[in-house]
Amino acid sequence: MRSITYITHDGVSHEVTAPDGSTVMQTAQNNGIAGIVGECGGAAMCATCHVYVDEEWASRIPPISDNEDAMLESAAAERKPNSRLSCQIVVSADTDGLVVHLPERQI
Amino acid sequence: MGAGQGGLHAAVSLREEGFAGPITLVGNEPYPPYQRPPLSKTFLAGSIEESGLYLRQADFFDAKNIELKTGVTVASIDRSEQQVHFASGEALHYDHLILATGARNRQCPIKGADLDGVLGLRGLADAAALKARLGGISRLVIIGGGYIGLEVCSLALSMGIEVVLLEAADRLVARVASPTISTFFLEHYTRLGAQIRLGCLAESISGKDGKVAAVRLASGETIETPMVLACIGVVPNVELAAAAGLEVKDGIVVNSRMDTSDDRISAIGDCARFPSPFCSLPSVRIESVPNAMDQAKCVAEKLMGRPRDFNGFPWFWSDQGKARLQIAGLVHDADEFLVKGDLEKPAFSVFCFRKNDLVGVECINRPSDFISAKQLLASGKTVSPSRVRDGAFDMKAYVKEALSSPSAVAASQ
Repeated sequence: MRSITYITHDGVSHEVTAPDGSTVMQTAQNNGIAGIVGECGGAAMCATCHVYVDEEWASRIPPISDNEDAMLESAAAERKPNSRLSCQIVVSADTDGLVVHLPERQI
Repeated sequence: MGAGQGGLHAAVSLREEGFAGPITLVGNEPYPPYQRPPLSKTFLAGSIEESGLYLRQADFFDAKNIELKTGVTVASIDRSEQQVHFASGEALHYDHLILATGARNRQCPIKGADLDGVLGLRGLADAAALKARLGGISRLVIIGGGYIGLEVCSLALSMGIEVVLLEAADRLVARVASPTISTFFLEHYTRLGAQIRLGCLAESISGKDGKVAAVRLASGETIETPMVLACIGVVPNVELAAAAGLEVKDGIVVNSRMDTSDDRISAIGDCARFPSPFCSLPSVRIESVPNAMDQAKCVAEKLMGRPRDFNGFPWFWSDQGKARLQIAGLVHDADEFLVKGDLEKPAFSVFCFRKNDLVGVECINRPSDFISAKQLLASGKTVSPSRVRDGAFDMKAYVKEALSSPSAVAASQ
């Protein structure tokens, strides 16, 4: 099991564990963490699972795909260089300890 | 009743809304609740495993005190006793029953459809079987040119498999998309090497030693093939509801609050026929993930004392490799279509109007237009064809302005 910390917009931190192969979005849903919606269920089709990956981690996770890049342009909250769709971040040994910040809104 | 997207989300939403009583989630498949869309895409392609499909991890159900019963068949609903009777003989009492029984594949009615090598694709078991066999064939005949047919066509072509796709209607994706999109896909897949036959009916499938050998068309032509994928649509699972005396009509009939004809029973998702403010027809049955989830939430709120009329906005997607289709709204009765963008790339949007009002936008690789359209239409606002036709039209800017203004935008602009 790998660790993921979600920091909500109001600064509250939630550290949870996730199995390899799951996604950061699924893990948030599994743990009832508010602030990630995921209307499309994880298909990179709605941009409502938007997160800001902590600076320290941004370059350590698998790179962004063209699809994800296009979808992020339409995320409700401001797009930043460290914006990612959490349904596309897959949990593995490489993501153990990952920290993500949740945006103000998803819709 | 039903442990798919709708059923699972109903249980999740009830807990989120503060319901503390017992919840039992019953499914007839031997799997925990899982996502269906990846079955014809990433799962089939092998880029995700079965566990990646599960909507929640195993520990979720215990943690939320949701009793999950999988691989269980319901035999009947006894409305007077408020009980669900299982095939095992066990019975369970309900204060409220949510029917989220979904839909099943329409059976291929032709001779030979029961041969080994004729496959369907609806559930995880189907997908696992198809995935295992795709690797060993050089040609695939697909009967049905809807979302599933095209998604599997896309994958099969990328695997180097020759595809012959038979569509009975005069265009592809006729149920869900505009003629413009139908034509786009016809050209797109033809260019990729698929043989697409429109207005084409498969008359029978012939076999050798019990295995598929060829498909015979109504025209008399035969197409040799070791495998057939039959994806000709779905029918809602209404039988238990009908047997219990609930009103059904291509779906379990519900009102705007998802109440069936019995106020202790709600129906949601693929199986439910409901009135939608976004559809010109008196009722509609929508097959989509967001619809199931939105209706699940609506019922949970109702049961916690906050009933409201369902106003979930209908939207759809179909991920077909290089062509990612997203549709905002229902376009079946649109009378005018405007294309913006580049059909070749492809990266374009089809704006669909009915009597000068925007009813939907279909986007291929244009997520910005899709999300803007969804926001605009969901808020009840519109844009006129003349405005869209203007070369300088910027959908994102238009919608941003339309949403920040208090009144509805006049259609005459």
